[in-house]
Amino acid sequence: MKAEDYRERRIEIDGWEVNLASYKIGDTYYCHADNVSPGATITRAHGATREEAEQHAIEYSREHLSKTRVRAV
Amino acid sequence: MSSYNGVMSGYAVPEVLVSTAWVADHLDDPNIRLVEVDVDTKAYHEGHAPGALGWSWNTQLCDTVRRDIIPKDRFEALMAASGISNSTTVVLYGDNNNWFAAWAFWQMKIYGHEDVRLMNGGRKKWLAEGRELTLAQPAVTPVTYHAGGPDLSLRAFLPQVQAALTAGVAALVDVRSPQEFTGEILAPPGLPETCQRGGHIPGARNIPWGKTCNDDGTFKSPEELRSLYGAEGIDGSRPVIAYCRIGERSSHTWFVLKYLLGYNNVINYDGSWTEWGNLVGAAVETGAAKSAAA
Repeated sequence: MKAEDYRERRIEIDGWEVNLASYKIGDTYYCHADNVSPGATITRAHGATREEAEQHAIEYSREHLSKTRVRAV
Repeated sequence: MSSYNGVMSGYAVPEVLVSTAWVADHLDDPNIRLVEVDVDTKAYHEGHAPGALGWSWNTQLCDTVRRDIIPKDRFEALMAASGISNSTTVVLYGDNNNWFAAWAFWQMKIYGHEDVRLMNGGRKKWLAEGRELTLAQPAVTPVTYHAGGPDLSLRAFLPQVQAALTAGVAALVDVRSPQEFTGEILAPPGLPETCQRGGHIPGARNIPWGKTCNDDGTFKSPEELRSLYGAEGIDGSRPVIAYCRIGERSSHTWFVLKYLLGYNNVINYDGSWTEWGNLVGAAVETGAAKSAAA
């Protein structure tokens, strides 16, 4: 098997830039979300379609990102 | 970047970096052990390169009781169980442009493994190129392994960093994102805050690890890397201590400086900001870097 139709796109979630990488392996679509400049994985999700996998990743990312506090320096 | 037989030319130690094509051509080579090391350990189970083992950075590549790298006896056991002998060529790759693959590489060098390499571009490039994947775990015949070291010249501990700061004898390279460096945030967005204070070690230069990579996950050219670090006064003329939050992003930068640019005196401070930012009374600088390093 192979990863098919690998795509990346950047979106903004509550002010944070997020990179979504999505692809299909077998019958499942996967979506990996990272926070671009740090480049850390925020979440990994899957679904029956690309849209579903991305939507799960966006929801999980929003939940995690809501806990990040920004301080004045 | 030119490539001959999959080995990248132009870098200081080109043999430590192999292309995805080279790996694909060597999947059946019995003297090569391919290992995937991901930030998110679930990634391996989506599908991995045929024959690749998966190592978990947070259970297999660290001491799970005290905060430390994997102890020597457990490192030997991991290698033995992975079918890796002292003469095996180990090729590491992983997600996030090889973050934790570089962390594994660093630990393998601490314990003296001679032939360890990174797959340029990591898991991302392998997937994007539509290369073969499998869910199958490879069959492994355990072998005997004798670790060397530990070579602590590759690893900085807190007293060494404090002494270097006081004496001004080493350049500190903070490879975190600009917002972590300034102190606006305590951890990468979406990750748990694991330190009490934000900011950076006084005098550190901020050169985020991701600037060393192209969009496809591969490393930038030697010229681009020299320019990136040179602009911040990092040119190999004095020792460098790299740090990040927990030591994995900085092991990526350690790899770049030591093996791709050939700067010999580079060490990874894996205590990093989760140690320094929790110290009582430690000097902390916030905001942007004050001035270019000498």
